[in-house]
Amino acid sequence: MTTLTRRTFGLATTAAGLALAAPSVLHAQTTARLVVVGGGFGGASAARYARIAFPRIDVTLIEPKTSFVTCPYGNLLLAGERTLPQITHSYDGLQARGVRLVHDWAETIDASAKTVRLRNGQTIPYDKLILSPGIAIRWNAIEGYGEAAAEAFPHAWIPGTGAQTALLRRQLEALPDGGVVGFAIPPNPFRCPPGPYERISMVASYLKAHKPRAKILALDAKDAFSKQGLFQDAWNELYPGMIEWVPLNKDGKVTKVDVQEKVFETELGTRHKIDVGNVIPPQSAAQIAIDAGLTNDTGWVPVNPLTFEATRARDIHVIGDANIGQPMPKSGYIANSTSKVAVAAAVAALEGRPAPAPTVYFNTCYSHVGPEYGISVVGIFRPGETAFVETANAGGVSPRGPLAQQREQRRLEALHADAWYGAITKDAFS
Amino acid sequence: MTTPRIRVPSSVKAGEAFEIRTLIDHPMETGLRHQTGQAVARRMITRFEAQADGEVLFTADLRNGTSANPYIGFFARLVRTTTITFLWREEDGREYRATQRVTVT
Repeated sequence: MTTLTRRTFGLATTAAGLALAAPSVLHAQTTARLVVVGGGFGGASAARYARIAFPRIDVTLIEPKTSFVTCPYGNLLLAGERTLPQITHSYDGLQARGVRLVHDWAETIDASAKTVRLRNGQTIPYDKLILSPGIAIRWNAIEGYGEAAAEAFPHAWIPGTGAQTALLRRQLEALPDGGVVGFAIPPNPFRCPPGPYERISMVASYLKAHKPRAKILALDAKDAFSKQGLFQDAWNELYPGMIEWVPLNKDGKVTKVDVQEKVFETELGTRHKIDVGNVIPPQSAAQIAIDAGLTNDTGWVPVNPLTFEATRARDIHVIGDANIGQPMPKSGYIANSTSKVAVAAAVAALEGRPAPAPTVYFNTCYSHVGPEYGISVVGIFRPGETAFVETANAGGVSPRGPLAQQREQRRLEALHADAWYGAITKDAFS
Repeated sequence: MTTPRIRVPSSVKAGEAFEIRTLIDHPMETGLRHQTGQAVARRMITRFEAQADGEVLFTADLRNGTSANPYIGFFARLVRTTTITFLWREEDGREYRATQRVTVT
């Protein structure tokens, strides 16, 4: 593990592309305390960046797990193209950079006392809190889909230790050829907009190789989805006749599941018998954000688009999937890129400087849809007065067209996706 | 928030009765309801039609007594492959549509 020298510090900050004020307004009496809750893409990136850009700040990361399994590339486990260790990342890199790691659950936040209380009863004081808690599943928003039902119909949408994804993989392995794999897909907003469709593709890739008579029934609570044209082109070319996608207006919204009968029931009362079921349930910000009173009636946390400070509490900056970032997607990429802006704004406030000037928020979401077949969507966003604004005529999606014409493009994008995964996990965990 | 939803089989046997179910998100405001002292503006779907290749298959006139998000189900029989078009019309003329092709075997 490399140690931080003045030289690497300079390089790192240049690479981050953020102007730094001269470190002239250090508070002499104590070291300012930045506490980060949540060690996913948002929190890990925030802690890492804070150590690199502001080594004078004391950084604590509260995260119950001792390693992190990424959502990105989790779908490739279902196709057997990656293994769990390949998408598991330790916090050793952050520790080596001087991040103090606390492996416990952050249970509650006291915004007036400025403390975080841990499950073990200890409280940790902060001057600025970076809250990156991720999502919570809205259990029973689909009738019959409580926590116990997730052992029969895995969601595999919060990786945890990877158990849910492993369960879904085992179920696919046990599926008889000719069986039906059902997907229940939630309305917007939810974590990883193209994720369900990449997952459908990866499951189809596995089925095509091992159970070619199996079918996929994708029941969707939406009428349109991310990279839809590209996904559907790929499904027609790679997996003809295997995937049926049912939109909201064709009775696609799953409102009830029955784990005993193995049935997904939709709004208009159609009962679909399935053999393996993946329920991607409706979601909200994680419970700690709700308990702290940071969420509004959408279930997500409104934030200042320039600083990511919660509009409902001072000195708590909320990043990642938990905030209301629309039209930005709830993605690891956005969590990573906005974490740096939130940290820079938090430290500026601590040191009595104005927030950094508005910057640009980038997002790229790659999806694997088959072997050597990658597609992507790019979005460029800016902070507006009260919300985020997508920059028109920037970004876009991969070119459409038959595989015969686009083969090289698809192959390259699959490689770009792999490179992206390597880069972002380094930028968060190394 | 007026996404219509339809449940129609994609294939049926010739001459055999099958069920069609429809639902639309709609407030069905009568104009008589008050909220904080103000009457809520009237907004009402008054006509529902299902057409089979443009010919009337089923119609319903809706009035004040209809609940919000009206659900309409009925049975039909087809003798040949048909495209069924559903339309919900508000009394000011605004329309919402959905279509489904049904293959007859």
